[in-house]
Amino acid sequence: MRIGWIAGIASLAFWAAGAAGQTLQVPKSVVAGAAISIPSTGSGAAEIYIVGPAQVLHQKVQLGETITIPQGALYAAGRYLAILSGQSVRGHWAFDVTPSPDLEKISFLARPSRLPVGQANGVSGTVYLFDAYGNLILNPVPVTFQYAAPGGPAQERTLTTRDGVASVEMNSSSRQGNANFVAHAGGVTSTRVVEQVPGDPCSLKMTAQPAGNQILLKTDPVRDCSGNAVPDGTIVTFTETQGDRQTTVDVPLKQGIAQVTVPAEPGARISVASGVVLGNEIRWNR
Amino acid sequence: MRLKLTLLFMLTAAVAGAQTPTVQVAPYHLEGSRPLQQQTAESAVRDYLQAWQSLHAAFLHNQPDLLGRDFTGTAQKQLAHAIAAQTALGLHTTYNDQAHDIQIVFYSPDGLSLQMLDTVTYTQQVFLGDQSIAQQLMKARYVIVLTPAERRWQLRVFEAQRP
Repeated sequence: MRIGWIAGIASLAFWAAGAAGQTLQVPKSVVAGAAISIPSTGSGAAEIYIVGPAQVLHQKVQLGETITIPQGALYAAGRYLAILSGQSVRGHWAFDVTPSPDLEKISFLARPSRLPVGQANGVSGTVYLFDAYGNLILNPVPVTFQYAAPGGPAQERTLTTRDGVASVEMNSSSRQGNANFVAHAGGVTSTRVVEQVPGDPCSLKMTAQPAGNQILLKTDPVRDCSGNAVPDGTIVTFTETQGDRQTTVDVPLKQGIAQVTVPAEPGARISVASGVVLGNEIRWNR
Repeated sequence: MRLKLTLLFMLTAAVAGAQTPTVQVAPYHLEGSRPLQQQTAESAVRDYLQAWQSLHAAFLHNQPDLLGRDFTGTAQKQLAHAIAAQTALGLHTTYNDQAHDIQIVFYSPDGLSLQMLDTVTYTQQVFLGDQSIAQQLMKARYVIVLTPAERRWQLRVFEAQRP
């Protein structure tokens, strides 16, 4: 008896906003892409329009029969009006199309695609989850993020989407190389490759030795603070100061070191730098 | 960084003849490394509300090209497809937004996407030729994902559900 009472209330809800005397029992909510059955009363030919910003459909119908919207026909999630229009009948009913719960696609944005080693929360990943029809899945879905990079254990975090989105930040590891950044949800996996590159030089040390009437300046192998070789091409600046006179030479790293010859000036001060890192200073007294 | 900010402002509809919707923007409380500046939030909300005007005009005049400024990706394709379908049927539709209750809920760490929720009250009116065949006051909870374009935020996801 109670079930019958609930069914009666549900029927009244179906009829809300419909035309007097002519009724479509439009479900309040249907899943995207599912077939829809709409029982109708009355008689004669009419047309049904299903109209929303996301999709518009039309079908000729025979009143008194069940109207069937075939599987896959109405697939865009949103709010719709089902409008019945005939020679003597007219009415409309609002209803919803909800996203399919079946995850089909992960839109995975990983930024940046290239970053220095040893950056805390340096790389971020954001996922949006979509069904087979491109609808954003709004129900909570667990998403597992994994960041596997050379020189460190894989980082893993599981989050639950809110309104279709989840976002995470990971640390880059201490070694240069390619890292796999993976997002996994509902049997669907999406992978992005993040290139970890050496950071800035950690320290600079040069040595000087006579080379005829010149001085040969040479750095030790230049590494970042994690011990990775700083890439060839990185500029190292040597500066020789003698009284008011200053000579500056920019030299790119080759095979991890930078070297240059400068005039041998007794009493000259020679310094080395790269970016914001300042190396040792040598006073040439020969 | 957590950020609390209250925005409450009214926007004037730019389309002549359109009603001015009431707009309320709830305080937002985002978790994540990227703070959302007030100017960014206001720009996103402004561009979103203007997108409703574009939507209204595009469906009224059956001109999908009016969507191009404010919509992109899947959202633009979906709306343009709906306009093409209603044009083929001899329909046109008005979507007059009357009230917005907006909350910004997500701003990605890379700054490349922003999500907001909006409980919208709007009137949908459907015309077959010149004849109105349905008019209904609708209420919907919209989930919107915006991405920055060259000059403004564009809607990439524009999806409604029952509030």
